[in-house]
Amino acid sequence: MSALAKRYDYLFRSTKGLALVGIAMISLVTAIWGMLSGPMMEWGVRDVVVRTLGMRMVEAEREGRIILLYHTIAMAVVAIETYFITDLVPVKRHEQRTINATITFGYLIAMVFGLGFGYFGHNFAFHGLYLLGLSLVFFAGLLLAAALWPWRKEYRLPKGSPYARGPGGLDLERLAFFVMAVATLGSAVFGAVTGSYWGNGHETFLAEDLIRQPEKTVLQKSIIGHLHIMLTLIAIALALIIGKWYDFKGIFHKIAMPMMILGTIVISIGAWSVVVVEWAHTIIYVGSVLVLLAALFLVIYGWNKLIRDRLAEQGIQKASLLQKIQALLHDPVKFGATWQMVFMNFTVSGVGIFMAVRLDEIFRVWPHREERITLTGHWHILSGIIATIILFYFVDMAGLKGRLRQWFGWLVIIGSDVAFASVTVFSMKRLFVSESAQQPLVNWTMLFADLGLALVLLVLAIFLLWRLFDLFHSRGRWAQELAESGVEEVIPESYSRPLPASGND
Amino acid sequence: MSGRFSLLLLGAMLLSACASAAAVVSPPLEIDTGVDASAWALVPRGEFLSGQHNHVTPVNYDYEIMVTDVTVAQFAAYLDSALADGWLKLDGQRILGYYPGDEFHAYEHEVEIKAGDYLHVPLDDPGLRLSYAGATFSAQPAYANHPMTLVTWFGAQAYCQYYGWRLPSEIEWEKAARGNDGRAFPWGNEIQPNNANYYSSYDLFEKIAGKGGSTSPVGFYNGKTYDGYATLDSPSPYGLYDMAGNVWQWTGDVYEKQHYRYLRGGSKDTYAYNLRVWTRNSAGPEYYSPAVGFRCAREVVK
Repeated sequence: MSALAKRYDYLFRSTKGLALVGIAMISLVTAIWGMLSGPMMEWGVRDVVVRTLGMRMVEAEREGRIILLYHTIAMAVVAIETYFITDLVPVKRHEQRTINATITFGYLIAMVFGLGFGYFGHNFAFHGLYLLGLSLVFFAGLLLAAALWPWRKEYRLPKGSPYARGPGGLDLERLAFFVMAVATLGSAVFGAVTGSYWGNGHETFLAEDLIRQPEKTVLQKSIIGHLHIMLTLIAIALALIIGKWYDFKGIFHKIAMPMMILGTIVISIGAWSVVVVEWAHTIIYVGSVLVLLAALFLVIYGWNKLIRDRLAEQGIQKASLLQKIQALLHDPVKFGATWQMVFMNFTVSGVGIFMAVRLDEIFRVWPHREERITLTGHWHILSGIIATIILFYFVDMAGLKGRLRQWFGWLVIIGSDVAFASVTVFSMKRLFVSESAQQPLVNWTMLFADLGLALVLLVLAIFLLWRLFDLFHSRGRWAQELAESGVEEVIPESYSRPLPASGND
Repeated sequence: MSGRFSLLLLGAMLLSACASAAAVVSPPLEIDTGVDASAWALVPRGEFLSGQHNHVTPVNYDYEIMVTDVTVAQFAAYLDSALADGWLKLDGQRILGYYPGDEFHAYEHEVEIKAGDYLHVPLDDPGLRLSYAGATFSAQPAYANHPMTLVTWFGAQAYCQYYGWRLPSEIEWEKAARGNDGRAFPWGNEIQPNNANYYSSYDLFEKIAGKGGSTSPVGFYNGKTYDGYATLDSPSPYGLYDMAGNVWQWTGDVYEKQHYRYLRGGSKDTYAYNLRVWTRNSAGPEYYSPAVGFRCAREVVK
């Protein structure tokens, strides 16, 4: 019993364990639901999965199912980011425990019952429980925002601090986390309010299907604003987390944090104002520039730090360019997190800006289905990049070292970047190949995208299996991580005391 | 390192695509499906359930719609006739025709369609299934009963107009495709690979021409077995064939505040979910594709 309790403590009370469960749950969902589309559908795997699991796939409900699936995965991602934040940003121990417990319960309920409702018949009790799960995640967000309140005296920074510091010693990085949390809560409301009209004036849709509709309803605009800002805020939260990981400080930090705070506020206002203002995009662009610049400063600082730390380790005083590059690439896990942010500019931001600039000349000339592919490719890649950055941070937390760390880092970078580059080429194919001659390009890009993704998933599966088998060792890595987490110290004595022989005693 | 690797891969893909651009796709078998491409089906007046969310929609008149897409052979005959009497013009490698233009509202992203000559069919596209000598056209034999593709919206509506017909509106198209019971596909609510020609449906033509395949002859999915490949009889409730898959079909609506024209039905190049009867695609009226065709509608002939 004690052995089980300890494992429970590790998996559901320590940051590393909670993040591991979150990643494992997303992986499980991705592994199963990934078999319903793409090459798995082409190879007939989808039909086998549907039959074996007893899924009910009504054609008219496809869009609704997909929305449920996105939400369940997104909730788990939000939970993982929350675990990282409560671990990295000083909050009180009881706050951390309450926030983590609430969000864990919330995302697991949302995931299990959301997918249950969407894919296994429509039991509306499941739908209610799914909404309860989402509500708990939202409530955990409220608790997080309260815990992050940056104006508390104990969280003020002293004069001369190397970190961005506002009036009265206000910790601007903490303020950035706080603003992100509050903006996320506000943005979630946009989706929730619209969702409450479901079946009562609101019909399920995917935003990419409405892109060419000249006039959209308020509810449709609200959803479009919601989905864009939520993914953006998840990315902003992750950039802040990576900043903590890199111990981002100094002059770049002092410039970046105000930009991040202002950028987050402006982007959020821009996305919310989509509902009422025709020129909301202009507001969003202004906010995006600020946030992207802040991220750029993080990358510059981070790469300098990676080079400096490695050269110091090697005892090299005056390094050549080659030595500096080698130092930068020395640790693919830490380098990978910021490299993926840079790579995102080629496959996501760059494509997005190009689309916006050439909208009328190119993208609106192509058939809608082509534009739709570009749009869905665009944000699938952004989600994929976010996932790889989370993985890099997590494997570092999990203490992956030596050759395994090298293999993991490089295989994830190469696999994901090949896949994302291929998908980008595929989605932009109409720029350089006509429809009559596109098939070879389609075949090649799809092959490389599948191979790249398969490589990442394989590496992830190996990592997760390692961690799964580790749980069967009484003195495994998990036990060490549990001890380091300090969770055991706060477990009441009675919790680990042997149970009495009879429950009535 | 990975960035350079990605660049190399990108280059390899582009080179590969360019090298294969002129690759000749094997012509499909000449197949007689037995379905009459000149037949029309009557769609009676009455309400039906339209769109993904099944809105009750009235159609207060009877109309007729072609049982199949317009075929390459039919289009070749039209070209000969319409060029001869000046309805169309041959301009180098392009067939052009006059369009009187649309009302322009200068709405966001709206492109003005002025009166003038517009492209109907490009003759230099490698996917063209017509042979021609001067202004005389004929269908390539293996494709004679395949849907005519590479026709712009201008070309499709001009074809119908030439014979006194019109392109069906989206509502007319959808009613003809699904009847009035709210079904997802013309034949019912489920799709099997041998119901229709779609991407990775492993049909006879994908076996011949590779992934992405080729168009299939109109009326191919009629329950017959061809060269060992058994099809399911997949007409719409009114007896129309190919209302899902094979080629997208132009519809006739010209909507306010936009220049887009809408297409329905999915194609050989799309996954099955695009074949659901409510799925919409759109493009500018000068867009043409080897996966886009059309059929006409008309008032009931008394």
